[in-house]
Amino acid sequence: MEDDAPVIYGLEFQARALTAQTAETDAVRFLVGTQSLKFDNQIHIIDFDDENNIINKNVLLHQAGEIWHIGASPADKAVLTTCYNKSESHCLLLSVAPFAASLCSSFFSSDSRVVSCAAVWRMPSDWETGSHESPDESAHNPQTLELLCHLDDSTHGNAACVLWEPMGDGKRVISLADNHALLWDLQESSTQATVSSTATLEGKGQLKFTSGKWSPHHNCSQLATANDTAIRGWDLRTMSQIYCIENAHGQLVRDLDFNPNRQYYLASCGDDCKVKFWDVRSVQEPVKTLEEHSHWVWSVRYNHSHDQLVLTASSDSRLILSNMVSISSEPFGHLVDDEELSEGEELHQEDKGKEPLKDSVVSTYEEHEDSVYAAEWSSADPWLFASLSYDGRLVINRVPRALKYRILL
Amino acid sequence: HSWPPFIMDEGSVPVAEDPGRRRRVHGMLKLYYGLNEEGKAPEQPESLDPCDINGPHFDPELYLNKLRRECSLTELMDQETCMVRQIRSLDSDMQTLVYENYNKFISATDTIRKMKNDFKKMEDEMDCLSANMAAITEFSARISGTLQDQHAQITKLSGVHTLLRKLQFLFELPARLNKCLELQAYAQAVNTHRRARCVLQQYSHLPSFKGIQDDCHAIMDKLAQELRQKFRDGGSSAKDLSECVELLLQLDEPAEELCDKFLSHARSRLESDLQGLEAEIRPYPSTSATKDASVHGLSSTTAPGSPADGSPKNSSLPSPASNTDILEFIDRGCNEFVSSLCLVITSYQELFINHAQKGELASKNIPQMANGKLHVFVDDLAARYFMLVERRIQEEKGVGDNSLLVRALDRFHRRLQAVAKLLPGSAVPNKGTEIVIRAATERVKQYLSALQSFYMDSLTDVRQALATPRLSVAGTSVAGPASGRDAPTSLPELLSSLSASILNQIKSVLASVHLFTAKDITFSNKPYFKGEFCSQGVRESLVVSFIKFVCQSSRQFCETAGDKGGSTPPALLLLLSRLCLDYETSTISYILTLTDEQFLVQHHSPVTPVTTLCAEAREAAQKLLNHYVKVQGLIISQMLRKSVETRDWVNTIEPRNVRAVMKRVVEDTTSIDVQVGLLYEEGVRKAHSSDSSKRTFSVYSSSRQQARYAASYTPSAPMDTNLLSNIHKLFSERIDIFSSVEFNKVSVMTGIIKISLKTFLECVRLRTFGRYGLQQIQVDCHYLQMYLWRFVSDENLVHFLLDEIVGSAAHRCLDPAPMEQSVIEVICERG
Repeated sequence: MEDDAPVIYGLEFQARALTAQTAETDAVRFLVGTQSLKFDNQIHIIDFDDENNIINKNVLLHQAGEIWHIGASPADKAVLTTCYNKSESHCLLLSVAPFAASLCSSFFSSDSRVVSCAAVWRMPSDWETGSHESPDESAHNPQTLELLCHLDDSTHGNAACVLWEPMGDGKRVISLADNHALLWDLQESSTQATVSSTATLEGKGQLKFTSGKWSPHHNCSQLATANDTAIRGWDLRTMSQIYCIENAHGQLVRDLDFNPNRQYYLASCGDDCKVKFWDVRSVQEPVKTLEEHSHWVWSVRYNHSHDQLVLTASSDSRLILSNMVSISSEPFGHLVDDEELSEGEELHQEDKGKEPLKDSVVSTYEEHEDSVYAAEWSSADPWLFASLSYDGRLVINRVPRALKYRILL
Repeated sequence: HSWPPFIMDEGSVPVAEDPGRRRRVHGMLKLYYGLNEEGKAPEQPESLDPCDINGPHFDPELYLNKLRRECSLTELMDQETCMVRQIRSLDSDMQTLVYENYNKFISATDTIRKMKNDFKKMEDEMDCLSANMAAITEFSARISGTLQDQHAQITKLSGVHTLLRKLQFLFELPARLNKCLELQAYAQAVNTHRRARCVLQQYSHLPSFKGIQDDCHAIMDKLAQELRQKFRDGGSSAKDLSECVELLLQLDEPAEELCDKFLSHARSRLESDLQGLEAEIRPYPSTSATKDASVHGLSSTTAPGSPADGSPKNSSLPSPASNTDILEFIDRGCNEFVSSLCLVITSYQELFINHAQKGELASKNIPQMANGKLHVFVDDLAARYFMLVERRIQEEKGVGDNSLLVRALDRFHRRLQAVAKLLPGSAVPNKGTEIVIRAATERVKQYLSALQSFYMDSLTDVRQALATPRLSVAGTSVAGPASGRDAPTSLPELLSSLSASILNQIKSVLASVHLFTAKDITFSNKPYFKGEFCSQGVRESLVVSFIKFVCQSSRQFCETAGDKGGSTPPALLLLLSRLCLDYETSTISYILTLTDEQFLVQHHSPVTPVTTLCAEAREAAQKLLNHYVKVQGLIISQMLRKSVETRDWVNTIEPRNVRAVMKRVVEDTTSIDVQVGLLYEEGVRKAHSSDSSKRTFSVYSSSRQQARYAASYTPSAPMDTNLLSNIHKLFSERIDIFSSVEFNKVSVMTGIIKISLKTFLECVRLRTFGRYGLQQIQVDCHYLQMYLWRFVSDENLVHFLLDEIVGSAAHRCLDPAPMEQSVIEVICERG
């Protein structure tokens, strides 16, 4: 079908950071952060027009540095966080001619430093209107993000990611920096950030959080983090560890996601090419393991509404959509209230209930040519998702119709 | 013709006339008078002819006329002479006869005259005799008349005498019985009493007889008591006992009670046998020692070289020796329990069933009742016996020597056949067979677990063998990759010894199990042992299960080791993968054929086909090899990742040589290559270009690089920057990093190198580089390029990945100023 064909958008820079605009529930909108060491980095606002199957983009400048992680506020459409690298002697080096660079190598090596920071930004209010008037012009003269505040604490090291409180009022974020988890309160329209509490991972060696996820359950009082091969759960009220899955993956754990409907279910992925599903109440064995990718899995995402749909992105350049019915909140298919059914439908429903629903790979998307580092579901349309590969290619796909109707009907 | 001359001439009878002629004359006379020799009138139809001169109806007139009419004169003359002659001869014959008769008449007359005289005398004597007889009769009548009274008296007296004798017997009966009792002649006593019993019963209304009867009863009660006592004591022999029972039966003792008593008596004896048996099972600790020792015995036969195994266990060996082995146990069970059971059955049947069938007891349904009791009794005791036997068999866990168990089971089974013969319709032999079957299946299970533990032990040995020379390989690997071949236990040797020892073990187990179906074993011709045991027992649950176990345990190595990343040595994975592959190609079909031949399996039920097992083995082999690639790739990846992650690539000095990590990577890859080469064939690879190692990276030299990095910020053409690399990717095939490998060296090496380089790439992408950082990566990649191409199937793969690495590093570089290709080459060649 024509409208099932993927929509591809190319960025001019390499990119790793992708998020859906969480607070936006009407338009399908994704934010992409680029990675470039030499040029000003950008945030692309990708609008997808589902009816016409076309993409509208807007570009905002993010001059602070290359973006490693991006997060959109759940409350305010215009507010977002980024984690970015900045090279501190960058400007200086650029001014030096390439020939001279080799001469002053000692100078270069002693001063140059790459630091990871995190900050809260606000998009300029008129980015949208501007783009509509003259897309070309706006692309040539992109507007700049307005810095609200830094989420930096020099004592706590390099930020790996920033997490918004799920479904919150946009006042609380957590940043993971090296081996610290910092809970920030954003005040005065997010222009001020204060650390309200911290948790520190202690152990031998250099421990470093690689990623994390704020649980939407338990009144948003739980956090899951990944470091090396372990997954840990934290209670944010006491900032203490509540569970730990040692050796959750054979190698590095790359990403986590909470099942939006089943509070104890957690998905993780990692360098052992596996995607594992955990019940955090019994962490000895994963509930389920998927081994569909042929290289590291970088991202795992539950669909926000239908938690049997799981999206995984891997550096084998593939994106896989799996239908994990058996461990979803609707293991017997969509439950329809009895009174809504006429008799004939009831029979039909029973038939459907009897047929065993099996976990399966719905589809493998091969539109990417490079490693896919991020994949996200749209916050507006539960049947749409975007994936981003390193070469800057953003692909927007839909859940196959057959599956969509099977889930809905 | 005149008569007188005949009488006159009496003395002149011609004596010399021949008898033939006389006979003829007689005949003729007879004919004449119509008499034959029997005195019957002859019926001669021809004689009706009136012209027959000899016929009775001869008419002379007719005859003469006829002659005169028919004959000539001469003929008449002849006829006349002939007739005259005949008449003359007839006349002489008649004359002779008259003479003879005359003589006889004379003598007869004389005799009659003499008789007349004699009769007269006799008549007188007869008169005298009759007179005498009359006198005697008269006397006799007179005598008997006088003796009449006395005779009647005598008859009466003799009747009284016999009655008195009978009475005397009755009166003496109590005393006699007492005496018998004293002498313990019970049989006689019972016999005596039986004779008197009816009489006593009949006359019991008379007080005197009543007294005798009561006395007798009392005595007989006493006797019965005594008999019962004797019966109860049980000390007596079986013969005594049966006599006892017989007597008691005759005494109208209730048969049911007797049966019960008999059986309970027998039970006590049999139970003591059972207790004896049970006592032999009791010593649990020593049997566990047996188990240890025997299990150990199995393993130590395969690993005789380990001295540490033998000595400490020897101390525990004497204790199992003191315990009886299973054959002795069964022997004892057979000799004591089963034979006494048989004895009991025979005597019981003799007493209560066969005997009773003859006698008057048969009417009371006693045989049926007795038979039922016997069955219950036998079943009950046999069940206990079987329980003991089964317990004993269960203790037989040592799998060293199967023949003992088989012989024991055979004996057990054989002896039960005796019971079957004695007691047709009993469930005992079937239960016995069931026990044998259970024991056999249990044994098969034990063998399976023994095989499994043997397999795991051998794997441990292999592991140890791999661990020790590994050090030496690592130590000498600097000298050259070939040193791996010189190691005392090389991989191929380990593999062959492992597979040979497993095969031997399987063969010996098959041989042991084969004993169950040997021809001289009684139970081997049971349908179970002919069919199901062979196919389901041996083939399926032993051989097939073991092969499946091998595959499964191999697969487990992949799964458990996956998370830790190295609990199983990679060499073992490689070895097992080859083992499974060998199984797939030949060993499985060999083992199954061997089994089928040995056991002549006729498959009634569906069995696992060879192809399924082969597929399973192949799958295991594939999984192991994939895992091997993964593990080895991971080890190298880990080195590369650490080296990328821990270095500050922004502030690094100008590269002067290849980093040590890269050398290590090449060394490790080489040794992996050697290792894999020992077990797997080379495999196919694409043809190398003549200057494979000299190839330069397109990234550095061509203008492409310029195009890639010089691209300015041109938002209107968003795809431009990556266009070239994207086009490049479009034309190269997508690379599956962790993909399945083929069973050859090149494919394995390709897999490992792919994993390593992809990791390198991903790590590089996560870092930021300074100018010298990039240059160092260039140098490293060139070095890898020089050495790694030879291992892979398609060198372009290595080129592509290394290009990607350098390209990514350049991308992530703050100050991308690539190094001169010639300088890189100089550095790399320097080492």
